[in-house]
Amino acid sequence: MAAVPQGTTATATRGPASAASSTIAISLPAALKESGIAALVMLGLCVPLVTLRSDADESGRLALYPRFGLTAIFCLAVFLARLGYLTLWGKEARAARRPASRGEAIKTVAAPRYTLTSVGLPVALGLAVVYPAVTTLINGGLSEARYWIDLGILVLTYVMLGWGLNIVVGLAGLLDLGYVAFYAVGAYTYAILSTTLHLSFWICLPLAGLFAATWGVLLGFPVLRLRGDYLAIVTLAFGEIIRLVLINWVDLTNGGAGISSIPRASFFGIPFDDEDNGFAAVFGLEFSPMHRIVFLFYLILALASLTSLVTTRLRRLPVGRAWEALREDEIACRSLGINTTTTKLTAFATGAMFGGLAGSFFAVRQGFVSPESFNFLESAIVLAIVVLGGMGSQIGVVIAAIAMIAGPEMLRNLGFLKSIFGESFDPNEYRLLIFGLAMVVMMIWRPRGLVSTREPTAFLKQRKSISSDLVKEGHG
Amino acid sequence: MCSRDGDESRRAKRKGLLLSHLPFAIGNLRVSTAIATKWLRCRSLAWFLKRRGRRAIASPLCPGERNQRMAVFVQQLINGLTLGAIYGLIAIGYTMVFGIIGMVNFAHGDLFMVSAFIALITFVLLTTVLGVGSIVLALLIVLIVGMLLTSLWGWTIERVAYRPLRGTFRLAPLISAIGVSIFLSNFVQVIQGARNKPTPPMIRDVIVLFEQGGYTVALAYKQLLIMIMTAVLLAAFWYVVQKTPLGRAQRACEQDQKMAALLGVDVDRTISLTFVMGAALAAVAGTMYLVYYGVVSFSDGFVPGVKAFTAAVLGGIGSLPGAVLGGVVIGLIETMWSAYFSIEYKDVAAFSILAITLIFMPQGLLGKPDVEKV
Repeated sequence: MAAVPQGTTATATRGPASAASSTIAISLPAALKESGIAALVMLGLCVPLVTLRSDADESGRLALYPRFGLTAIFCLAVFLARLGYLTLWGKEARAARRPASRGEAIKTVAAPRYTLTSVGLPVALGLAVVYPAVTTLINGGLSEARYWIDLGILVLTYVMLGWGLNIVVGLAGLLDLGYVAFYAVGAYTYAILSTTLHLSFWICLPLAGLFAATWGVLLGFPVLRLRGDYLAIVTLAFGEIIRLVLINWVDLTNGGAGISSIPRASFFGIPFDDEDNGFAAVFGLEFSPMHRIVFLFYLILALASLTSLVTTRLRRLPVGRAWEALREDEIACRSLGINTTTTKLTAFATGAMFGGLAGSFFAVRQGFVSPESFNFLESAIVLAIVVLGGMGSQIGVVIAAIAMIAGPEMLRNLGFLKSIFGESFDPNEYRLLIFGLAMVVMMIWRPRGLVSTREPTAFLKQRKSISSDLVKEGHG
Repeated sequence: MCSRDGDESRRAKRKGLLLSHLPFAIGNLRVSTAIATKWLRCRSLAWFLKRRGRRAIASPLCPGERNQRMAVFVQQLINGLTLGAIYGLIAIGYTMVFGIIGMVNFAHGDLFMVSAFIALITFVLLTTVLGVGSIVLALLIVLIVGMLLTSLWGWTIERVAYRPLRGTFRLAPLISAIGVSIFLSNFVQVIQGARNKPTPPMIRDVIVLFEQGGYTVALAYKQLLIMIMTAVLLAAFWYVVQKTPLGRAQRACEQDQKMAALLGVDVDRTISLTFVMGAALAAVAGTMYLVYYGVVSFSDGFVPGVKAFTAAVLGGIGSLPGAVLGGVVIGLIETMWSAYFSIEYKDVAAFSILAITLIFMPQGLLGKPDVEKV
């Protein structure tokens, strides 16, 4: 339950304060009154939904179970948080916001020589390279570390997806709500090609990327002329259409049952089995099924690094600069002679390609694909990671992916939480709740994400980065 | 497909199942995937058998029964209009908010779901705990309570999640709205449980219109109620927007917020009230949805929300009659598509209409062309 009252109050305190126009510090009675009103609003919101839980009783009919204590906790939490905000930390926040809202002269700050990204990325890469070894040492054996390496693979998959989407959302400023469609295209490309034509993973991987990029162009071409929010909705529609087609085109995709027993990846042609020509025998090792898992870990690490590398390189090319210019102001771009449609299309296709590569990795790792892995929720999770990490930031995506994917898993293993919230407590249930809240809080608090500086890649004489909250964005 | 009782409950169940297509928020993805797959497999098998059975035995689609064609068509027309009316009510909320602040209120569909839950709990409270015998009275109270509480939700969401974002970059409110949408559906899941919530049928009676070749065309009272409700509310809200000071303020804000503020219009209040009006209509739609299908679950907001948005775009964003017209068109297309082509692809049809409309006809049927300003 912890997440609910905390989160609710965190957002509930935001709105009225920033809307308040008075700059005079609020008196205690007034603060009490306002907090009382906030608590009353919370009570109104809670009344049927939280106070009464509807559940089927033994006869199958709905019965109501009252929960007055929980309602009281919610309202009290809102009251206290609002009071605390108004009396303790609200004033400073308002004072800090004032220059931005009045639109004073834009101050520029010299960019630090070492940014979080330039230092953080190599460090993160180094940590990731030694990660399997460290977990093996800590857990006292390769097989014992399986859980941790699996978790690492999962996080890296989301990092790669985040980086791929980052090109579209973070660099080009196009909100894509159907990114998972390309993930699905990649996964199904490998699944279908490997089970019907028996192509190997190493042939299918580039094909999947190519195929997803083609789909990106095909879907993108008609819709990229649209304005930002329409584009978002259309990509959402395309994502859903692809999923529904995957469910219903049973001949090709085996429908909702999915495609199972997809061949596993080999070590560049050497299979991971205990035969004489298997990986263990060739390298003179004792056979262990963990070799394949560790290999998969390094494979996704390499793919994710490739994504990051290509992105950072592309940013410095004319096309990357065009993307960023497009994000800032589309009308200005058009008047300067940038072909916005092709620029958007390249971003869309590049992002889609990495989505496809990640998808085919997903298929080879799971050995099973079904349409339910590619619902809107997945798109939303990846988008949340990009948004929370700070759109356009590489290291931010890594941090957000770790926090959002590994965080709930970690919490699940903490025993004391169970003793507080009861045996049935599962942080995963609250994961999406927190995702949703975090997206809202992030947009209000720091719309540019946790790690966000807008560092120009093109500059005259001296590089200056502009504080992100001073920049107003144009039409996206 | 007709509205006899047995059919109705099965239909409701199927609808519920269909919407829970998106296991929007089941924490452990692996488990959810496995469950969903297993469940999908049974479902698609059941559907398949059912379709086969219907085709083989007494299908109204089967060419051998030409004498029923007219009756089937009229019945589908009635069903489609009802569905369209519900979509239209939700779409008004989208269209008003988009008209005034130019943002897609992504959370509106989930607000609709929340209102259906509020209606469900109030209804159960009234009938089982407080012992209100009359269904009409109970529904009236449910409607009023639902509209009030959902309006409060709408107001709070605007205040907390959207108002602080006015003036930031354009995608910020949309991302925030997606966050609110995810939050709402998961909040309801955590707080009310993930299972479908069925209610006993509230209004059972039907008016038999005519019979053709053994196929009875019936108009259920609840369908009539939904259509009348939509027509009355559309008229009322159209009057508010066109003839009252509030409506004038809304139209002024729609054209130019800064100028409106200079002329003494309280822009914040007007926008808040727009959200409240949209939420109240969503509450009516939620209650009607519950009355019509008799089942609701936490994931029921997403698909109707997207379809209602499609309706708003199709009708022309910013136009109230357009929203209802778009809703009716979407409802009819969806119903006819499932009746005559394939029920599996009905959502694909709806989503394709959305994409096609936005690409080729972004101003919609009754909308004004969008002018881009620097």
